[in-house]
Amino acid sequence: MGDRALLLEIGSVADPETIARVRALAEYLDAQRLPGVQDLVPALCTIGVHYDPEQWQDERGKHSPYEMLVAQLQRILPDLSALQAAPGRLAEIPVCYEPEFGEDLETLAQARGLSVEQLVEIHSGAVYSVYMIGFAPGFAYLGPLDERVHAPRRATPRARVPAGSVAVANQYTGIYPSVLPGGWHLIGRTPLCLFDVQRQPPSLLVAGDRVRFIPISAEEFRKRDVD
Amino acid sequence: MNVKVLRPGLLTTVQDYGRHGMQRFGVPVGGAMDAWSFTIANHLVGNDAGAAALEITLVGPELEFERGMMVALCGGDLAATINNHPMPMDRPVWIDRGGRLAFSESMVGCRAYLAFGGGIDVALVMGSRSTYLRTGFGGLLGRALRAGDELPVAAVVSPPCAGLRRAPGIEQRGFAATTWSARTDSGRMRARPQTIRFVAARHWELLKPEARAAFLNENFRIGAASDRMGFRLEGIAIDNPDSGSVNSGAVTFGTIQLPPDGKPIVLMADRQTIGGYPRLGEVASADLRLLAQLRPGDSLMFERIALAEAQQRLHAQQTALAQQGASIKARLSQEKL
Repeated sequence: MGDRALLLEIGSVADPETIARVRALAEYLDAQRLPGVQDLVPALCTIGVHYDPEQWQDERGKHSPYEMLVAQLQRILPDLSALQAAPGRLAEIPVCYEPEFGEDLETLAQARGLSVEQLVEIHSGAVYSVYMIGFAPGFAYLGPLDERVHAPRRATPRARVPAGSVAVANQYTGIYPSVLPGGWHLIGRTPLCLFDVQRQPPSLLVAGDRVRFIPISAEEFRKRDVD
Repeated sequence: MNVKVLRPGLLTTVQDYGRHGMQRFGVPVGGAMDAWSFTIANHLVGNDAGAAALEITLVGPELEFERGMMVALCGGDLAATINNHPMPMDRPVWIDRGGRLAFSESMVGCRAYLAFGGGIDVALVMGSRSTYLRTGFGGLLGRALRAGDELPVAAVVSPPCAGLRRAPGIEQRGFAATTWSARTDSGRMRARPQTIRFVAARHWELLKPEARAAFLNENFRIGAASDRMGFRLEGIAIDNPDSGSVNSGAVTFGTIQLPPDGKPIVLMADRQTIGGYPRLGEVASADLRLLAQLRPGDSLMFERIALAEAQQRLHAQQTALAQQGASIKARLSQEKL
């Protein structure tokens, strides 16, 4: 991926096995502390490795830094099928599924031929994996989302989505950590803070975590919404 | 007592080298768009290379210096003046207390870097002083400079180049500059169309030969909707036969994306960490400084090079920067100007 990054491809389809392997490999690589590797960015089927080529110069001048790093990766990369990652931590995210907190809740339910209660039951009934954090600081892509709730992104995105909004689009569900433009369908809101620059790590969720949504009442939401 | 912002300019932000190690949390790297000019400016005032400085875009600010300090200005020529005299670029300048630094319009290039001796002293956020405008953190209160802002600059116990403060004529002009300057290759920066080298990605091979040829022959123009997150290129639409969904994955500074409308986007300093469009390739890092100096409407052409060459060019550029830095450091410790 250019002269200061490379992309490791673990699979071509984001199925549960590939996602688990991406997570296991990212953990393993992180632990290796390769010199000059500034960032590891796991996504659906890939891991972006951002590196400083100055740390991978070939003293003999025969190989490029890219070739030197790839050679090292090939030496240390384990047999992927043998790599085990600990199951991700389970995060329980309280969500108020009310039209007041999820502007698209009723319209989406109707469009999918469901009652609001059914939609909430489906959405909160699953345990999701965090596929990746991207698009914005702390924005987690969660899946797999039940097919009954799938819908393409809104034709007209909103300029401002309230922070904490829980949303769905295509095969993903996600949470907007801050006020952002957004084209996903808003079905609820969490009082939790998903991203805080003062926290270490700043993002509440990381790739590989598991998430369950816990329905709460509007009253409960207001009590917990400290911001 | 520091630097007062009288007028903010079009987009003036505090930047350094950006945030590393945080992309896995969705936090963009950010930082100076033309890190090369930024580095030289810091060298010239005796700062560490990564000290926070101002990135000034197209129309610059008007600043008042509440105490005397060293500054240096590198990058695009945005017609800077001090106390209404033209401000020399690419060299250390001592500004006396009360001095006013202003800009009129861009003569060449898009972005200039104003480094202050001691560095801009705002809080570190996740290890960096760079401003991330989109969600508003880092730099000065997470936003661009506004009129009335006070820019804190760290105090320097013994500023280098002491002779400047006693230079002849300083009392009348309110500032003094060295006669020597850093070599900054502004000729290369001025070329239009600018040649931007890139390393092709796998998706490049999926384009039809006509589409690849079209991409390489086109004089693209920087579109009006371009910003620190990405440059949208105007020109021919590149036909993408394999526009089926691409798995989202990591991207980097200089990634060239091909969205469904065929108009390429080059991702810049404040890009998101993950992208979902096909990637044609990445701009050679050594050429990012040239790309960052293109204004909306300026033209560029792409030239494909091999990865090994891109890395050689980057290494040569960084080696030259370090050598220049050492030489500047030696000059700064001398008395003569």
